Amino acid sequence: MTATDRGHRDEWVGRSVPRKEDLPLVTGHGRYVADIQLPGTAEVAFLRSPMAHARITGIDVSAALAGEGVVTVVTGADIRATVLPFTRFVDQEFTPPGLERAAHPVILPCPMPVLASERVRYVGEPVVAVVAADRALAEDAVALVDVTYEALPVVVDPVLAVQSGSPLVHDDITDNVQATFEVRAGDVDAAFAAAPHVERFNYETQRQAASPMETRGVLAVHTDVTDETTVWTSSQTPYMVRTRISEQLGIAEESIRVVVPDMGGGFGPKVQVYPEEVLLAHLARTLGRPVRWIEDRSEHMIATAHSRDQRHTVEVAFDDSGLITAIRDDFLMDAGAYNPFSITCAYNSAVHFRSVYQVPHFQVRGRCVLTNKTPNGPYRGCGRPEATFAMDRAVYQIARLLGLDPVEVMARNLIPADAMPYPRGMPYRDGQEVVYDCGDFPAALAQLRALSGYDEHARARQAQPTSTAVTRRGIGFASYIEGTGIGPYEGAVVMLDSLGRVVVRSGSAPHGQSHDTTMSQVAADVFGLNPDQIIFSAGDTSLVPNGIGTFASRSAVVAGSAVLLAGRRLEQRVRAIASELLEISAEDLVVDAGYVHVRGDATSRVSLADVYRAALPGPQARIPGGTEPGTRELQYFVPPTVTFGAGFLAATVSVDLETGGVVVERIDIIHDCGRMINPVVVEGQLQGGILQGIGGALYESVVYDENGQPLTTTFMDYLLPTSAEVPEIRQIHLATTSDRNPLGVKGVGEAGAIAPPAAIANAVADALRPLEVELNRLPLSPPTVIEAITRAQR
Amino acid sequence: MRISMEVNGRGVEVDVEDRTSLADCLRDRLGLTGVHLGCEHGVCGACTVLLDGSSVRSCLLFAVQAAGHRVTTVEGLADGAGQGGLHPVQTAFMACHGLQCGFCTPGLVLTTCELLAEDPAPTAEEVRARLSGNLCRCTGYVKIFEAVDRAAELMRARSGTAAAPAGAAEDTR
Ligand code: FES
Ligand code: FES
Repeated sequence: MTATDRGHRDEWVGRSVPRKEDLPLVTGHGRYVADIQLPGTAEVAFLRSPMAHARITGIDVSAALAGEGVVTVVTGADIRATVLPFTRFVDQEFTPPGLERAAHPVILPCPMPVLASERVRYVGEPVVAVVAADRALAEDAVALVDVTYEALPVVVDPVLAVQSGSPLVHDDITDNVQATFEVRAGDVDAAFAAAPHVERFNYETQRQAASPMETRGVLAVHTDVTDETTVWTSSQTPYMVRTRISEQLGIAEESIRVVVPDMGGGFGPKVQVYPEEVLLAHLARTLGRPVRWIEDRSEHMIATAHSRDQRHTVEVAFDDSGLITAIRDDFLMDAGAYNPFSITCAYNSAVHFRSVYQVPHFQVRGRCVLTNKTPNGPYRGCGRPEATFAMDRAVYQIARLLGLDPVEVMARNLIPADAMPYPRGMPYRDGQEVVYDCGDFPAALAQLRALSGYDEHARARQAQPTSTAVTRRGIGFASYIEGTGIGPYEGAVVMLDSLGRVVVRSGSAPHGQSHDTTMSQVAADVFGLNPDQIIFSAGDTSLVPNGIGTFASRSAVVAGSAVLLAGRRLEQRVRAIASELLEISAEDLVVDAGYVHVRGDATSRVSLADVYRAALPGPQARIPGGTEPGTRELQYFVPPTVTFGAGFLAATVSVDLETGGVVVERIDIIHDCGRMINPVVVEGQLQGGILQGIGGALYESVVYDENGQPLTTTFMDYLLPTSAEVPEIRQIHLATTSDRNPLGVKGVGEAGAIAPPAAIANAVADALRPLEVELNRLPLSPPTVIEAITRAQR
Repeated sequence: MRISMEVNGRGVEVDVEDRTSLADCLRDRLGLTGVHLGCEHGVCGACTVLLDGSSVRSCLLFAVQAAGHRVTTVEGLADGAGQGGLHPVQTAFMACHGLQCGFCTPGLVLTTCELLAEDPAPTAEEVRARLSGNLCRCTGYVKIFEAVDRAAELMRARSGTAAAPAGAAEDTR
């Protein structure tokens, strides 16, 4: 079926239609997990380790058990026989052969208990769960639990952790390196030997907390009648929660239903399956009443995964023109006390390191290092902001050494448009060779350069190379590339309900991304309906048999494509059934506005409700020969591999030389996310990502002291960007259609967050010229900037 | 302890413990779950409600402190007078994509109501400063600023006509 004979194809996709999700949310009728009230619910509070590393020598719960309103108190010993520890984590199901061959990952077992019973390895690790009539009483009883600890030596710094003699976080991982890989493309050694210049740089991206405004929360209930356990959880991956509960409690996935209600943001840390989710399912089953746990913010800051936290040592080989011939990168990721994501984030750093640049020879080793901190997981960008910070700072630094304009050096190293599709000589995380599918990077950079006013700025700087002003302005550029829409698959059900309405169910659940609106736009085009007429739901494992989740800029690509495929199948089926009813060839029928009518004759028609009834099983069924009854199509979209979004970002900043304060005045971004389903939603994703990137560049940092005590457990200490920090943001959308999915889209969820730290650091370096400042450590807080200035002045 | 207060235009009596926060009272006792808890230490603004028309952080107040006062939550804003029965600020947030996950939205909507009741035509700088006590992690605030401008327009247009002021305007006049 072509676009023209459909007539209404593309009517909704591509338009900024208003969101379907908003009405309940603006009126206070959203249903986040903390808002769901089930009668008889008991509340859970956790006693968490106050020690970074210690042996548990005793737990006395007797006083807590006698506490007012206490239902039960559970320790690790109590559940040893019934609740298994975490031995596999998200995305660790298997290493694809292509990745195995190229990167030889070594991933050591690192089981994580649901409740620690012998040893605690980070402040915040759950030790005892108290169940009581309400949360306040549960917290009162937590204070009555008496745990005795014997302190163990603590390791906080990942650089020290890999040195011999360091305390071990897990005794059988003898160098604290839980996972490692090494991958190369081209002939790095020869390129280094032949290079006119070789430089070495160190880059460090701090530990961050993604900080969704809603913390985590779980509500679990078991129904004897159906022998089903239902778990509502604020999670990006309901199916993985179901799998872990099934494996760790030893019950079939078929008797577990995981539902994600409205969700107040995710951004990565809610991809992980956590001890609380498994434990609450167990408690609901054993206590026979609903149980609920709502994380508080201070708990969140130590109990929910942190992110970033990488240290790169980068060697760059380049010629006099600034053309980079080879890079060697050796980096550590501070994984914290367990490493739930194995090499996911680290390998992302490796695979995206070279960004939009040619760099024909490349070698990278990544090591995930255990320390006594909260485990590290993905956060918007997932390894890419870290790599981009290193790569684009390096471009600026070599330009500086050669006395060249950094943006010229960027341009010189870009992959030319006529080289697309461009293979990178190494596999993606899915094991498939990385091949950038499309895009014109040089043209995009030139466009952004013009938009940002860089040339005028550079000319003015040339005219007046030194300045005595206290506040200086700088413009810095950075790039990004992003494999989006990773598999292995996503599922969708598209069906008619008994009223003849089109119902869409997605395996990927939203937490702010506007799935209802955008997927309804996709389905509306298939059926000639208005998006408001599509009944959409997601985030419920009972609706689509299998699914993956919402992360890695994948939903529009894989879930959207699944909706399109299932929708097209249903549309065909609907016409085939109507063809039986109208006794005319399906080819001559059009589905539109709730009816199937004869092409060119809108009065010869049947309604979708008629079609629904005609497809019910039984002797009266009017279904096409050889097919099953019903009007429900389930499709899984399996992408061949990721599709690459890309872009450039320019930051204009002013720097106060006396205070070290940096103000981001403007962000200009040019980005390619393929075809846009809803441009305003895309803009919103970019703007949100950019502000998070600014937070990472300037403000946010999770800090531990040398004893492994976290110092940033409130929003007074962990600084998020507010409305007062918002720069002017200008965007140029490019839309190079991807041929790796039927919608032609590329993901955009993470795009805005990747380049800001590198661009802002480059802008600060630019502002401080002719001083040669090293700005290789984030965040660029006022003391860091002052220190860099002072060092440069020496 | 038994307290009485006016919540969204209705008198209520409720038993609370001394230590119960206003937020917990509104959420757990009165079912007003549009009051969101993002930090419970007074920084994020998700729990913002209007107390006698002024914005307060309901996580930092005890319920007993609200005794005898007028409380407006986001549930009390839609008064049926505006488009689709919504308050203009709600309409504007929807129209401008001023929300993504929506968790911060009740607080931001109420803060905006307070601001526009005081100053029907705030400058961009005033808006930025005034909203800086309400964190939003999703939107990057840009479209929230647009929503505030749009809301100001809608409210000016409304007060220019004979239409009666909306619930929040009543609370904050
Ligand atoms: S919950 Fe009250 S300010 Fe954050
Ligand atoms: S819309 Fe998600 S926090 Fe503001």
